[in-house]
Amino acid sequence: MAYEHSEEPVALKILVAGGFGVGKTTLVGAISEIRPLRTEEVLSDRGIGVDDLDGVEAKTTTTVAMDFGRITIREGLVVYLFGTPGQERFWFMWDELSYGALGAVVLADTRRLTDCFPSIDYFEQRGTPFIVAVNCFDGADRHEAEDVRIALDLDPDIPVIMCDVRRRASAKVVLVTLVEHALRTLTPAAG
Amino acid sequence: MTIRGEQWLDEEAGPIVRPYALIRGRTRSSGDDLDLIAMVSATGSPYTGEAGLGPEEQRILELADRPMSVADIASELDLPLGVVRVLLGDLQDQGMISVRAPAQRGPRPNERLLKEVINGLRAL
Repeated sequence: MAYEHSEEPVALKILVAGGFGVGKTTLVGAISEIRPLRTEEVLSDRGIGVDDLDGVEAKTTTTVAMDFGRITIREGLVVYLFGTPGQERFWFMWDELSYGALGAVVLADTRRLTDCFPSIDYFEQRGTPFIVAVNCFDGADRHEAEDVRIALDLDPDIPVIMCDVRRRASAKVVLVTLVEHALRTLTPAAG
Repeated sequence: MTIRGEQWLDEEAGPIVRPYALIRGRTRSSGDDLDLIAMVSATGSPYTGEAGLGPEEQRILELADRPMSVADIASELDLPLGVVRVLLGDLQDQGMISVRAPAQRGPRPNERLLKEVINGLRAL
């Protein structure tokens, strides 16, 4: 349960998803103070004998590094950015990450568009507000955004924008677009 | 980088103490469900246990002198999240920290907050 204390800081969570190497780390780093966050995850092997043993020694642990950034909006209001691990085998972490998230940015690369399908499916199923940001280094192209929307078979109300995640100004637009979209999903009648 | 140091281990080599040794091999605790952005505050209550507080727990109490998120604490300690959660669970059981769940826990986030975030992001 949430408690209301005006003096205590309020924290909000935004996820940055997308395929491996699409620029998630760059986006988080462009707009926030980025730091690594280690999670050591237990990979459950279902092998014979493994489950008989107690303790972590019996299981394989793997260290997953997540990107983690913090934007201080004002004293007492902080937005946290979490880059979701790109590999599909770490999907079990997504449920925790997406729980209570304000929304998600799905980064896409037009050369490897299929890489972002799983992220889109995931957020659609979870009902997490998301936008698609196409990372294109040569500047925006309006036509292309529509092409991407069609290729991804996105609902018309889901924003698709072009961006250059290396640029802070562009990263800012991406996040503003997401939060505006999240706000619209709150008040569909007012949209 | 050390130039003429005798150091034979650096940070890249990893910690000398395996993370799960810090928490005596436990992987479950009352801290398991702590949200990444839950806010941790030291309560100032004295330690009443017998085992003594480890340096990591003392560091957490220092960090949480002002409210700090679970993710921030894990990142500051440079320890895996799972380990930090166990340490936080212990401190919570001792009454030495209080943990506040994130504001946006329910299905509907606060509209006023979102507007404030939009304005804040624009002003960055």
